Amino acid sequence: MKKIQLIYGVIVAAFCLATMNLSAQSPKGKTGVFALTNATVETITKGTIANGTVVITNGKITAVGTNVQVPAGAEVINCNGMKIYPGMIDAGTKVGLLEVGQIPQGSDERESGEIIPQMKALSAVNPNATVIPVTRISGVTTVVTMPEGGLLPGTAALINLHGYTPDQMYAGFEGVVLNFPNTGRRGFGDRRTEDELKKASEKALAQLNDVWEKATQYHKLDSATSGKGVGYYPEMQALVPVIRGERALMVEVDLQKDIQAALKWVKEKRVKKVVFTGVSEGWREAESIAKAGIPVITGPVIAIPNRDYDRYDARYSNAGMMAKAGVKVAIRSGEEGNGNYRNLPYHAGFATAYGMNREEALKAITITPAEILGVSAQYGSIEVGKVANLFVCDGDIFETKTQVSQVFIDGWKIPMQSRQTLLYDEFLKREPGLSKH
Amino acid sequence: MKIMKNITILIAAICISASGFGQVEKGTVLIKNGTVLTVTKGTLANTDVLIKDGKISQIGKSIALPQGAKEIDATGLFVMPGIIDAHSHIALDQINEGTNAITPEVFTGDALNPFQMSIYRALAGGCSMSHALHGSANSIGGQSQTIKHRWGTYDAEALKMEGAPRTIKFALGENPTGHGRRDGVQPQTRMGVEFVIRKAFSEAREYDAKWEAYNKAKAVKGFRGAPPTYSLRLQTLVDILKGNIILHCHSYRADEIQMLLKVTRDFGIKRVVFQHTNEGFKVAPEIAAAGAMASVFADWWQYKLEVYWSTPYNAAILVRNGVVTSINSDSPDLIRHLYHEAGKTQKYGGLSDDETLSLITINPARQLGVEARVGSIETGKDGDIAIFKNHPLSIYGVPQYTIVDGIVRFDREKDAADMRIMVDPRQTVDATLYETGHAHDFCMQDTAGLFESMENENK
Repeated sequence: MKKIQLIYGVIVAAFCLATMNLSAQSPKGKTGVFALTNATVETITKGTIANGTVVITNGKITAVGTNVQVPAGAEVINCNGMKIYPGMIDAGTKVGLLEVGQIPQGSDERESGEIIPQMKALSAVNPNATVIPVTRISGVTTVVTMPEGGLLPGTAALINLHGYTPDQMYAGFEGVVLNFPNTGRRGFGDRRTEDELKKASEKALAQLNDVWEKATQYHKLDSATSGKGVGYYPEMQALVPVIRGERALMVEVDLQKDIQAALKWVKEKRVKKVVFTGVSEGWREAESIAKAGIPVITGPVIAIPNRDYDRYDARYSNAGMMAKAGVKVAIRSGEEGNGNYRNLPYHAGFATAYGMNREEALKAITITPAEILGVSAQYGSIEVGKVANLFVCDGDIFETKTQVSQVFIDGWKIPMQSRQTLLYDEFLKREPGLSKH
Repeated sequence: MKIMKNITILIAAICISASGFGQVEKGTVLIKNGTVLTVTKGTLANTDVLIKDGKISQIGKSIALPQGAKEIDATGLFVMPGIIDAHSHIALDQINEGTNAITPEVFTGDALNPFQMSIYRALAGGCSMSHALHGSANSIGGQSQTIKHRWGTYDAEALKMEGAPRTIKFALGENPTGHGRRDGVQPQTRMGVEFVIRKAFSEAREYDAKWEAYNKAKAVKGFRGAPPTYSLRLQTLVDILKGNIILHCHSYRADEIQMLLKVTRDFGIKRVVFQHTNEGFKVAPEIAAAGAMASVFADWWQYKLEVYWSTPYNAAILVRNGVVTSINSDSPDLIRHLYHEAGKTQKYGGLSDDETLSLITINPARQLGVEARVGSIETGKDGDIAIFKNHPLSIYGVPQYTIVDGIVRFDREKDAADMRIMVDPRQTVDATLYETGHAHDFCMQDTAGLFESMENENK
């Protein structure tokens, strides 16, 4: 009798397990060996391969080409002529920090304080943020997530959009964010007078110079004493790697005047590793940015010009104009307001429609950000030895209607669903419909 | 003497300019050999479209150029109806009255500004007209104005689309309840929103009954009595009850959408268009059954709690359930690329080209009650046309010309970089950084106090 009870219990338990939703937040990915055959491979760095195969083995790309042996036991995915692109990189987001806007409890991107470079975005990344599946199933596999706020609001981090801990997601880059003192208005809610704006900007620059001087002294003291002569000073400890050129300074700067001031400041302070972000008026200073050799992460591209007297397409054409002048340009979506990082390829598409070379624009969301962030040995193109971040889609990824059918991140075959696709499945033909039964 | 002369000149100048007020400038233009996306009557290859005195007069092959008319060679280009935005706040100096939970007595048509660059920039995105909506700070907001983007006019009146039906803005959910909390008045909850609206319509009914009784009594000989006190607020609500005003309602959540459907049913209001409608997909059968319509974003979400459960498949689900649906901007940026916003419904839900183009042409026209005039390329309709290099639903689609009433108002090749027609002397600061340009719900513009408190909370 007891035995029957036990068997019954096991059957019930097995049934429950089988029918239970095992993925409270997202279904599991799958790793192993995969062969993606019959594809048009957009390698980015080595041209386009027709009828190509890409082999993924335990997280890495292990073969790319037309004459590739499919390993025994590999899961074969016939791409039927569809395209394979490397995972897109959006180098300026709030992924994992912002769950829902307008509610303080829903956002972790803005800490109190003007000079707080020690605040680490990576520590606050929620691996189960709703925006993660929403973003990755459109082919954006990797993002820089950034703190925001005062002058030095914290340290940004590059993450892959798959993993159960921030450490698993971490993709090998951190950079200190500097909101360069700004002489413009922040938006329609900003009602400061011209004088107030100027004073605020001057005050911020003085503050920046002061903190930079302190950090330089701290670095000297620290070097001279092999770390023994300095006490706990978290702001300085976060800035020392920047002073030493071990970590990038990400300078958010937009207006022409501010770009000029930032160029001057970077030169004066001999900042070793620097990238300009935002740069919406980069076209006005393209030559000087190029001459300074500072790379740029610009975006949003799809945005209104800063000034009433600017040509209507000034933001659309900005990336292309900078690239033409010789600036190394990556494109970011800048869509943190609406959680639409998935629109990254459209920003590159608009840049193309308004003058940027198409190949340059494609690089601007793949290999170029990888290069700027110093991770191009692992990310940004489809090459043997690189991390298997890639996706399969049915056309030009810039085109609005193109469908992404499969994404791989870190070699994980990603379940192609998000809360937003599940809502479609549930509500396209709602049951019950109008009546209750 | 000199003063007299000056006054005479001044009066003459006023008379001349006054005679031009409200006058619609109309033009004649022949668009040759384009791929014509009529939206309602299919796609016509290598076809000419003639606009004569502001109206589409002929569609066909080898149409002769009328004498003195302008010709546009559209060979290799795509010709579509001018894009219509059913939800925008461009060309407005003020958006929210917001001093009371109900302000139907105010009218955005009184706050039009023909000098705003946003008008020209919308044209540069193929958008020929929009619905200049009141904001969403209060449950019953102001009356709104359908405008044509007649960039170049100095006359605010000339922006108004002559003969367009009256519309009004209602608002549900977080914006009016947030405003109520700030002011310490009703509504502060969705329960309160329903009550505020029901109370307003009930009082309007009583007001109407009083006037009817008065008018009836007045007709009897020997009547002696005073008329009821006139109220523009209540009279406007009566006009909604009588079907003379289309009700456009800012809404996000499914429950509040259904609430308003029940309220409008109870008060016999037939013409209802939901704005934003992010959770419209959850109650699509109810919206369709009521004959209501929906104007939505393509993919906005995450910017506040009531949009947290959104999906970009919203438009496709609404369309498949039979709801007349449009894609709107609510933004001076999105209004410049509604063709791209609409195109997203092909990724999210696989709508056909014509279904997709309908979302930004004939469907918003229906929602504004102007579908007999605009929204498709058909003879007799207004000469509002956008001409694209590459298909408008392609990411490579670039508007080349936008024509309003037969007048070319945007020309990509010929227009100067600086297209301002009035320089604002107050704008002394070098530039205004609008950031992404679409990080906000623009419906709440002018409610600065609320914004500041939000910003402080975030800090």
